[in-house]
Amino acid sequence: MLEIRNLHVAIEEGTKKLLNGLNLTIRDGEVAAIMGPNGSGKSTLSYVIAGKEDYKVLDGEILLDGKNLLEMEPDERAAAGVFLAFQYPLEIPGVATMTFLKAALNAQRKGRGEDELTTPDFMRRVKAGAEKLGIPQDMLKRGLNVGFSGGEKKRTEILQMALLKPSIGILDETDSGLDIDALKIVSEGVNALRSAKRSFLVITHYQRLLNYIVPDTVHIMLKGKIVRTGGKELALELEANGYSDYVTNAAA
Amino acid sequence: MSNITPLKTEAEQAMIAQGASIAADRKPAFARFADSGLPHRRIEAYHYTDLRALLKNAPPPAQAGGKVTIASPLADIDAYKITLVDGHYEASLSSTLPQGVKLQSVSTLADDGADEKGVLSPDPVIALNAAFSESALDIEIAAKTELTKPIVIRIVTTGAHASYPRVRVNVGDAAKAFIVETHEGGVSGSLIDSVFELRLGDHVEIDHLRLNLVDQSATVLTTFGGAMGRESVYRGHNFVMGGALSRHQIFFRFEGEQSKADISSASLLNRKQHADSTLVVDHAVPECQSREFFAHVLDDESTGVFQGKIIVRPGAQQTDGKMMSRAIVLEDGATMNNKPELEIFADDVACGHGATVGALDEDSLFYLRARGLPKTEAEALMLRAFVGEALEKFEHDGLRDTLESLAEAWLKARSA
Repeated sequence: MLEIRNLHVAIEEGTKKLLNGLNLTIRDGEVAAIMGPNGSGKSTLSYVIAGKEDYKVLDGEILLDGKNLLEMEPDERAAAGVFLAFQYPLEIPGVATMTFLKAALNAQRKGRGEDELTTPDFMRRVKAGAEKLGIPQDMLKRGLNVGFSGGEKKRTEILQMALLKPSIGILDETDSGLDIDALKIVSEGVNALRSAKRSFLVITHYQRLLNYIVPDTVHIMLKGKIVRTGGKELALELEANGYSDYVTNAAA
Repeated sequence: MSNITPLKTEAEQAMIAQGASIAADRKPAFARFADSGLPHRRIEAYHYTDLRALLKNAPPPAQAGGKVTIASPLADIDAYKITLVDGHYEASLSSTLPQGVKLQSVSTLADDGADEKGVLSPDPVIALNAAFSESALDIEIAAKTELTKPIVIRIVTTGAHASYPRVRVNVGDAAKAFIVETHEGGVSGSLIDSVFELRLGDHVEIDHLRLNLVDQSATVLTTFGGAMGRESVYRGHNFVMGGALSRHQIFFRFEGEQSKADISSASLLNRKQHADSTLVVDHAVPECQSREFFAHVLDDESTGVFQGKIIVRPGAQQTDGKMMSRAIVLEDGATMNNKPELEIFADDVACGHGATVGALDEDSLFYLRARGLPKTEAEALMLRAFVGEALEKFEHDGLRDTLESLAEAWLKARSA
């Protein structure tokens, strides 16, 4: 379970708050969607959960299964079960995707006090995961994300998630830059990972993604906090009416 | 000796005193050194490596007979071995050479860089070597010889003294060889001033690896001079990890048309190491191609220097030269000095240079850490990729494995 309580975040003290008293609880197995206009703080939230150092947490707490994430380094959070699928996965030249996957998987196992995977075991897992996502073996030999198309990058993110088996998967605008076919493949990949123990936080501008990854709850975010929470029908309502209702209300 | 003035430093005075009874054939080189003294920051080529200020004393010249107690880093490589101990040829640590390769141990190779036809350039460090080197190796690789194993020349330093190793290799037309130089050993107080000359004929194909693995407390000044004939290929690789103070000078000259040289270098520096790589590639004839790639990783309070110059002589049309220097600075206390230059006197050429200095990309590091890699491991992965770029052109699998494990050990020590 992920619990975020009264979270206040700025780039540094005294500057404008990007998150302003945000509360959010995601139960085990729940798929929660966060929707909101540009600049509402959606990506900031995902980075703060994952532990990016560019932000200052002024107040509040983030607990994953009762553990305080804010006291952990990004790698410790990953070992604790946080996975952030980046909106713009970074290109890392010279680091073969396969080498990276192995390093990540083993680092995380080490962080959890587990033994390293044997090479054949690792290869089997990668092969099976890659096949499901339509990722050719060749691509895994190339530099991580280097020269990958938008769709290939997102599929690789999902492959990483499938291998790392997080307890919470955060998808930061995973639909951006995807055509409909890629969107379907990525969504199927995510749906295959849904389980009673694993929860998801799906961040998106558009309702379209939620046709494929059907959320249990939808939260509308504005100016750094959740302003409304509902079921999946809330996304349809937003699609029809836009954010203008909320923007006007908030301004009033 | 009327030109010796009281302005000389203690180290310079000691070096000059050591040369009082020098053999006649080395007197001109000694006089040139005595005249200039140690180079200092007002000499442009030594602006970033002020030897007059950095060399506090002059250790006594090494005698023959030093005992080698360290194992070769390349002990596992199947190679022909030649060993120089404190600058002196050591037959008992050298192997029989194959057909087509001749070795002669001679008392002097007088070239101190003053001769324009030589492969070296006028330089006080070379003059010092020419003055004090009492034993030199002259190696001849006959035309059309194709060596299947590398020739590894170990240059080992055993104590707190000055040594002046000197090697010259002549490679005949259409020969193929892989030559490795390793600089090893040394203690605080060791001064190594070595000169390696490589004269390449036409249609040759040569790989040349130089490893600086001397102790991190020693001073190591090394010069490589190369000249190459027509339609030949030279691939040079440098790997620098050793020395408290090191300077490696490369003078490479194209003397025949349609040849290619590829020179790459990786320096991994930490603590207070100062490492200078100075390069002059001289396109004296048309239609040659050169590629220079220098990578530095600077940790702690280390200092890196790259000075690279591509010269295109009048008439050297169709020259294609590209030089790149990249440096990663890991700590605030580390410094990189980059000075790339082009001197072009022909009008139909394609030449370029670039230089970058920076920290590891924060966003990339965060991405790797968000996947569970601890900070030092994420940095190591990125650094390995960075250094890998300088090693990727390396064609000998066994040696590449050795270099990779050396780099790996450096990275591991860093995260320990």
